Amino acid sequence: MEAIQTERLTKKYKDLTAVDSLDLVVHEGELFSLLGVNGAGKTTTIKMLSCLTKPTGGDAKLLGSSIVKNTAEVKKIISVSPQETAVAPNLTVKENLELMCGVHGFSGDKKKQKAAELTEQFELAQISGKKAGKLSGGWQRRLSIAMALISEPKILFLDEPTLGLDVIARSDLWDTIRSLKGKITIILTTHYMEEAEALSDRIGIMKSGRLLALGTAEELKGKAGTDKFEDAFIAIVKGGRAPGEGI
Amino acid sequence: MRLLTFSGRTAKEILRDPLNLAFGLGFPLVLIFLLSAIQANIPVSLFEIERLTPGITVFGLSFMTLFAATLVAKDRESALLQRLYTTPLTAVDFIFGYMLPILPIAAAQSIVCYIAAICLGLPVTVTIVYAVLFILPVSLFFIALGLLCGSVFGVKQVGGICGALLTNLTAFLSGVWFDLELVGGAFKKAANLLPFVHAVELERAVLNGDYAAIYPHIWWVLGYTLVTAALAVLLFLRQMKRQ
Repeated sequence: MEAIQTERLTKKYKDLTAVDSLDLVVHEGELFSLLGVNGAGKTTTIKMLSCLTKPTGGDAKLLGSSIVKNTAEVKKIISVSPQETAVAPNLTVKENLELMCGVHGFSGDKKKQKAAELTEQFELAQISGKKAGKLSGGWQRRLSIAMALISEPKILFLDEPTLGLDVIARSDLWDTIRSLKGKITIILTTHYMEEAEALSDRIGIMKSGRLLALGTAEELKGKAGTDKFEDAFIAIVKGGRAPGEGI
Repeated sequence: MRLLTFSGRTAKEILRDPLNLAFGLGFPLVLIFLLSAIQANIPVSLFEIERLTPGITVFGLSFMTLFAATLVAKDRESALLQRLYTTPLTAVDFIFGYMLPILPIAAAQSIVCYIAAICLGLPVTVTIVYAVLFILPVSLFFIALGLLCGSVFGVKQVGGICGALLTNLTAFLSGVWFDLELVGGAFKKAANLLPFVHAVELERAVLNGDYAAIYPHIWWVLGYTLVTAALAVLLFLRQMKRQ
């Protein structure tokens, strides 16, 4: 069974088509990146796949459950780390982790065990008593991803996880994301070409709500005839060719 | 369990903000002491403790609106709500999780005001307990108004609308600072169409043990509470769908 399979997934806002008949398959355990310029439809795609917004057309199945018909089932297997840090600022790091345990229905020993496990995995012990709102951007992002993993999701959506971070914090977060590879399916959106190239198994490039190209970073460079991935991205986006037109 | 977790988080977010404590508890107390001091030095009965305290307890509830609205607006802007919408939490969990924890905070604020009033000479009677109980439906109106504003406005707008406009509306249109009869005319008519003066009169009637006088004020308060709560739920669900 595929982790994600979309069938003509579409989202229209009045006259604007944010996502246009998207057909996409993401395999289980894969780290799949969605790239595109602003307004390409990446975030809308993630919002539909994570049941935050309903598609106006088509459907998607996440490990066999429809995002249109079985949202409750889908919510049990996914987790989202949004673009913004999305932490409770006046709660400590530990309390934020426990909050996520509680909303997922964990109590007693399991709650303590999961909070301790994530604290160790993300090296949060030294700051576990600090209020989340007082942490640096890098630590907040790290906590945000840890919170997303509390529910033991099968599919994790990371929306621009390193946006606004300095080089060191970004490198640390890349290590964290790498450590998750293969264990769960990860869908990553990013504006950073080097991030997509370094982390992804496959990359999809979107423009104007459509999928322009799909493949590994090497395949996309080869198809665009460039040595650098950034040049390949620019060539593909500026070319703006639709799928099946030869990229 | 889920509702309890989310409610606990709401309470912690509000109570751990020192500004909330300063305004929510400190400001009504300052007003009680200040206006009582003024009363002691003027020849007319303007701020007698029996009339002043119920008014201040209602005025203090306008800060509950501010707390609720600010928290909901912040959660929307920080995308914490977006994250939580992808969890098994239901719309009911969110609405009750925001509203219910503020009720005991409102009751505590009212109790602190009455303790201060007792120190200033308010006779200790059982009607104080009833007044605190009757503050709960009034609190629900103010909390629902906060949920409504937080669902519609951003953090900055909430600061202006709930922090400045509503607190002033509650103060001036409730008959706490001055008798509305003194102004009369359109001002009095407008004030009587809003719930604030009715909430104050309701509390005064209960505190004085004059239970016949709670009517028609209680109907105004309950009516506004029901309508505001219904609107708050609708607008919260609308912004939830818009995510």
